[in-house]
This record gives sequence, C-alpha cells and structure tokens, in this order.
Amino acid sequence: MKDKFIPALIAGVATLILAFPLLGLNLVSDGLGLGIEGADTQTMIYIVLASLAVFIFQLFKENALNIAKNIPLPRRAYKPDAVVSQAQRDKNEKLFTFIIVAIALVWPFFASRGNVDLATLVLIYVMLGLGLNIVVGLAGLLDLGYVAFYAVGAYSYALLHQYFGLSFWVCLPLAGLMAASFGFVLGFPVLRLRGDYLAIVTLGFGEIIRILLNNWTHLTGGPNGIGSIPKPALFGLEFGRKAKEEGNIAFHEYFNIAYNSSYKVIFLYLLALLLVLFTIFVIRRLMRMPVGRAWEALREDEIACRSLGLNRTIIKLSAFTIGASFAGFAGAFFSAKQGFISPESFTFIESAIILAIVVLGGMGSQLGIILAAIAMTVLPELAREFQEYRMLMFGLMMVLMMIWRPQGLLPMKRRHMELTNA
Amino acid sequence: MPKSLPTESLLKVRDLSMRFGGLLAVDGVALDVNEREIVSVIGPNGAGKTTVFNCISGFYTPTGGDIIYKGQSIHGLADFKISRLGMVRTFQHVRLFSQMTVIENLLVAQHRHVNTNLLAGLFKTPSYRQKEQESIDRAIYWLKKVNLLEFANREAGNLAYGQQRRLEIARCMVTEPGLLMLDEPAAGLNPKETNELDALIVSLKEDYNVSILLIEHDMGLVMGISDRIVVINQGRPLATGTPNEIRDNPDVIKAYLGEV
Repeated sequence: MKDKFIPALIAGVATLILAFPLLGLNLVSDGLGLGIEGADTQTMIYIVLASLAVFIFQLFKENALNIAKNIPLPRRAYKPDAVVSQAQRDKNEKLFTFIIVAIALVWPFFASRGNVDLATLVLIYVMLGLGLNIVVGLAGLLDLGYVAFYAVGAYSYALLHQYFGLSFWVCLPLAGLMAASFGFVLGFPVLRLRGDYLAIVTLGFGEIIRILLNNWTHLTGGPNGIGSIPKPALFGLEFGRKAKEEGNIAFHEYFNIAYNSSYKVIFLYLLALLLVLFTIFVIRRLMRMPVGRAWEALREDEIACRSLGLNRTIIKLSAFTIGASFAGFAGAFFSAKQGFISPESFTFIESAIILAIVVLGGMGSQLGIILAAIAMTVLPELAREFQEYRMLMFGLMMVLMMIWRPQGLLPMKRRHMELTNA
Repeated sequence: MPKSLPTESLLKVRDLSMRFGGLLAVDGVALDVNEREIVSVIGPNGAGKTTVFNCISGFYTPTGGDIIYKGQSIHGLADFKISRLGMVRTFQHVRLFSQMTVIENLLVAQHRHVNTNLLAGLFKTPSYRQKEQESIDRAIYWLKKVNLLEFANREAGNLAYGQQRRLEIARCMVTEPGLLMLDEPAAGLNPKETNELDALIVSLKEDYNVSILLIEHDMGLVMGISDRIVVINQGRPLATGTPNEIRDNPDVIKAYLGEV
C-alpha cells in the first residue's frame, strides 16, 4: 500500500495540474481583447473531486482490476463435442436461422419507421463485415482500406445511373463487379506484403479512392457528391409518391392503397435483408469449399501452403476480389438507400468501424459478426443522449471487450466432419 | 547427352551452389535419389543441409547447378509448382495449419486434386461432391495410417508434438508425391516415437513407392533405414555411400568428431 501511495499522489496532483488550466479557466471576450476568468465553483469542485478519484483509483487499482477480472462473463454452455454431433448442430443451426429470418421478415411491419431505417443500416454493416471477414478473418490479410470498395460500389451505381440511366437492378451486379476488379487491382501490389506493411498500403488505397472521388469534380461532382439517386423498384413498381421512371407505376397506385412513406422504408429493409441472406449463404459455402480452406491455410502458414502446391498469388487475389465484391453490393445498396452520396461517407472511420465489427465479432465467425454489427450500429444510436461522450463510451467498450474477450463475441467454431466410412 | 532415360534417377542434383552475398552456403553439392530409395543428407550443424533442401524445393533459387526431377529441369521453378510435380517437403519446425482441424489440414493439402471451380462449389455439383468425398476418403485413409483418426476433428495445434510430426507427414502423403523430403522428422521425438517413425518411413517406401530424401541427426534412424547417405560439411560434399561405407569413412569421422 505504502509503495503505491506516492505514485497515486503524483497522479492525483498531475490531474489537478492538467485539469485546472483546461477546465478551470475560461476565456472571455473583454471588449476587443480576451480575458481569463475562473470557472464557477461547481466546476472547481468537480476538478478537485476528479483529482481525488484519480488518486483513489491509482491507490486501489490492482484490487479493482482483480475484481473486474473475476466478473463472470456470459459464455455459451460448454458441451463436449461427443455429445452434440455435427448433424445435430447443423439441425439446431437451421432451426435457429429459420426463426431469426422469420422474425426479421415480420418485425418491420410492427416497428417504427426510424427503427426499420436503423435496422437497414445495421444490415449494410453486416454485409460489409461479412465481406471484410473473408479478407481479414479468413485469409488473415489486414485491410484498413475496405471502405474504398464500398465507395466504388456506391459510386458505380450513382455514376452508371447518372450517365447511362441504368437501373438499380442492373447496377447491383455491375457494382459488385467493379468493386471486385478494384480488389483485384489492389491485390497485385500487396501480394508480397504481410501484416503492418499490408495494413499501411491498404490504408493508403482507401484514402486514394476517397481523395480521387473528392477531386475528380467533373466526373463525380467532387465534395458536392451525387444526388437524386433513385430508389430501387420492385418489378417496375416504385415506392415514391409518383413513379419517376417511364413505364413504372407507383406501388400504392398499383395496389390501390393509400400512399404511405413507410412502405419504401420497409421495402429497402427487406431488400437489404435479402442481400445479407445471399451474402451469408455464399460466404458460408465459400468457407467450406477448397478456396475457403486455402484462405485459412494461408492465414495459418504461408510457407506450408507453398510447400503443398498452393498458389498463394491466386489465393490472396481471390480473397481480395471476392471480399471486395460484397462491399460493392453493399455500396450500391447504400447509395440507393441514401439517394445522395459524397466522399464524406467513405472516410477512414468507416473502415475502422467495419474492421472493429470483424474483430469484435470473432474472426471468421458469421454469427459473431452479425451480433457485432448490431452492437456497433445500435449502441452509438442508443447512446445519442450522451452526445460528445458517445465515442468515449464506444472506445471504452472496445477496450473492455479486448480485455475480457480478445477472441471476439462468438469465436468461430470449427466444423466437424462426419467420418461415416471410418 | 540424352535428357531423359528411363534408367535415370528420380532426382538428380549436380554442382548445386547457393550464395548469400559473400557467403557460399552450399558449394558443389551433388546427389541422386532413385525410385524407391531412401537417401539421407547428414552433416554437422550449419553444414548447409537445410539450404540444400530449400534449393531443391524451390524456396531458394540456387545460384548455380542443375536440379533435374523426372528428367525435367526444375531450376528456378516456383516452389508451389515444384510441389505440384510431386516433390513435397516437411520442415525442421512443424508447420501445420494449427487453428484448422486435423482433417482440414489434409484437405487443404489436396487443393490441386479437388474441384476448385467456384461455381461448381457454390452449386455443389455432383462432380464437385464426388471430388470432395474422394479427398475426404483419402484424408481418412492417411489418418488411419498415421494413427490419428480419432483426432480428426481436433484442432491441429492441440495435438501432441509427436502427433503433429506424423500429421505433417500424412499431409505430404495425401498429395501423392513421388519424392518426400523430410527435414529432421525425428527432432524432439522420444525413442518409441522415433521407432514408429522409422517403421512409417520404411512403409512409405515399400508400400507406396515413394522415394525419400531425409535430413536427420538421429544416427540410429539414418543408419537403419537409408539406402545411401550424402555427407555435407561446410556447404561442400564430403562423402557419398551406403551407411556402412559412411560409418567407416575417416573424413566423416573427422568432420563430426574433429582431428584425432
């Protein structure tokens, strides 16, 4: 205790020294000049209390951390592998998926418009998280510029519509294709890079795309962005008050019901859900295919891969390409949903959030990523009343997660093979 | 000179040299491996044995010499291409895909035998399923052979060390190699495990017609199973011969034990 007293005292005094000029002194305009005046007594009391708190925390830090370590965490009940066979697991999984999808399909009709809108955003992040999971979680290639592919997808739809008048449904695969080819192009220079170096190059790539979009004014509109991007139509039925495209009919007119703007929101939500289900299905299949196994093998040991005849060039490029294509789909949907896009939407923080979703969810685990996407999108919304402290809480949550569950919310559970003819 | 004769050895290395800047790590090494033969490369620590391995398996591009496998020069070929020709190696330190299950390790190794077409896999076409089943069957066969079947769904990194060593060999064997290159397979094994390894290596040669190139320090193992031995000292070839010839070779004794 005694040996901690001095450092704790120093920490407390340091807090006082730092906090007093920062919080305790205010600048006030004094005619033409500036004057300094002390803050009110309440702030002063808070400063002293904060210093005391730091002092006490430093004094009892170890006890506190020990208590924190012993807090039991929610864990899935451990079942030995022998008890639950893979067939049973698959069955449970199917049932679980069915229930979740059923709820997700029915839910928007009872929820508020704002919540459905938020859920749509969550679904976009799920799609992005699942796509990045291929690159980071499976292939083990740290990509900090994933948002670039998202931007490519979004601008593909926006520009193809603006210049060629193509519809959302035509642009959706094209956007995926465009993003995939950008993934392929990025793949080449980074083939020989790993770890930190790869992260830096991808970070740069993300910035290049954003800056390009920002400055190529006569094509992309620069910082002004692109507006009036049409919402997707359902087989020629539009969800606006009046059909904009020739030959289309407004949804409510076709069914002869009163116009309600929430139809549009629900339709977008359902569309996003469909895209997410497609993404989940495709990536699940990929994970169990030779290419998925090769991705993981590459993450585990590149040298062993080479010694076994696996061509790492193709494996890495396929991870980048396929991963990017899902960001392209998400981007096209995003620009359709927003109706307006600008380079502002594709800053580094987006990449960071998507990466956080993958890490938080548990590398490689699909369910984990879905949960993490929900957490990362809904929690900041819920914490809206804390305003500027939002990001602080967000950061705190991430730090705590990394201390308590560094492997993520739901780490990937390896699939067991049925050895029928064994 | 005829390039390829049926009587020619499976692997022929001539005048192999590897230079790292000013250091000549391997200089003028020659070796032959015939069909169904176990050839060992021995030498004191730092003699350049693993460098020879790295050159042959394509991890290094040798600075000089010829490497001919099945009558085809493989000098300068990419490592994964050499492996696809049928020369597969293990490593001094076990290199498994440790977070993947045991059986997945064996499935990855069969990458070039399975149907890697994306669409075939996404739609699970019959031919894709058949190929997958074949590779699973082959994996199970080799797991039985190396006594690891009960651990098939265990993560490879959780296996005991000796089991990891065996899995590494099984992982090479599912690729159906012509030449298996083992870099110190007995390192870290206890005497019982070494005996099992001994039997396994002989069985690979006798029952599966695989030639084996072996780096090993365990002299009991080397002398017992080798058909021929190549001794390397300080990057240079010192002697070549049968185990008996090598055992009595004064140069070899000198290299290992120093001047008497």
